[in-house]
Amino acid sequence: MTGSALLKARGVSRRYGWGSALVRAVDEIDLEVPAGQTLAIMGPSGCGKSTLLHLLGGLQRPTDGEIWLAEHRIDTMSERALARLRRHHIGFVFQSFHLMDELTAVENVELAALLAGQSPRRARQRALHLLDRVGLADRARHLPSALSGGQRQRVAIARALSNEPLVVLADEPTGNLDSAATLEVLRLFEELRTAGQTLVVVTHDARIAAVADRVISMRDGSFADDSRLTGTTTSGTGTVYGGWR
Amino acid sequence: MLAMLAKEPAYGYDLRSRLRSALGPLGEAMNAGQIYVTLARLAKAGLVTSQHAEGLPDRPDRRVYALTPAGQQRVAAWLTEVSWPRPDLTEFHLKLVAAAAARLADPVTLVDAQRREVLRRLRDAQRAALERSVDPVVGLLLEGVVLRLRADLEWLEACERMWINRDRTGGTASP
Repeated sequence: MTGSALLKARGVSRRYGWGSALVRAVDEIDLEVPAGQTLAIMGPSGCGKSTLLHLLGGLQRPTDGEIWLAEHRIDTMSERALARLRRHHIGFVFQSFHLMDELTAVENVELAALLAGQSPRRARQRALHLLDRVGLADRARHLPSALSGGQRQRVAIARALSNEPLVVLADEPTGNLDSAATLEVLRLFEELRTAGQTLVVVTHDARIAAVADRVISMRDGSFADDSRLTGTTTSGTGTVYGGWR
Repeated sequence: MLAMLAKEPAYGYDLRSRLRSALGPLGEAMNAGQIYVTLARLAKAGLVTSQHAEGLPDRPDRRVYALTPAGQQRVAAWLTEVSWPRPDLTEFHLKLVAAAAARLADPVTLVDAQRREVLRRLRDAQRAALERSVDPVVGLLLEGVVLRLRADLEWLEACERMWINRDRTGGTASP
């Protein structure tokens, strides 16, 4: 591991099929995500962004290339070591929340910590603290079915944070949410960004750009554009709207 | 501007703060110079009159602006008119076509640059909407801005798909 990147991909590819049916879902990608960065990877469906996220999170293995998380090279790790690394160091957030329907909010959040071997008492304390942090202290004993979409996603984010992960990986986190719920999730991401949490979000929802330090556009398995959205609008001739003038 | 005068005559300074409170963060870009230049133009067009304010010896130059009857008619017509600010898509489209036809630039690069700019604007508007202190009515305006910029981005995606395919198939880009 060289440099200060927390998450690093070098020449990473993922191919499916063979011969004329060969699909390059991810095609020789190089990526470095410094600690504390919020990165949005955007692109139309089928551009390979979800596959890339799965590769970065060790949910799938690349056909070629290396992937590093901190000092761990994850593409060559054993299944067992990889599962352990995911449990301890990576937080996942999915479009459809993936909460357990029969567990309450606090039970969903503490589950990850219990699986990682924490004592029930500490796991519960931490889960309650996290629910408070995502603004759901008063919903801790509710089942997911009694929560709104935005609240469910915030529970899922609390769960992703339960083991103080090195990185949170989110796959279309606002994909199933209306605009008010999207605002809740964006506010939460903004708090995480301010707190220095490393965060990688793949999405086609451009509103995520509001909370990103950097936006990569992806198409056909490769990066097309990589921009840091620092500073404000370049042509300051009037209103926020009017990018075409 | 005219509409801000419809309620009652006002000093230039008051007009500026009326615009600011109506537009929230979007009104910040409006400076005093623009206000007075616009007022002068409106006066020349016969839509606005002005006169010195009395009884303010410490500020002898303050003028009160008011709508003329023609100005009032213009505001009334504007209120009932169904219009929507239209970004100049045509011009950008022509740029892409011309760039590809004359091989002056890669259209996809133009799309990337435009997308970066739209993304930046979308980020600014969405960030303003995220502020918990934002007035809900101003928030509604920001939501509209965000929705339109998302539509622009979708259109840019379509542009990109078109021009990438043209490049690959070696097709010409005649309109």
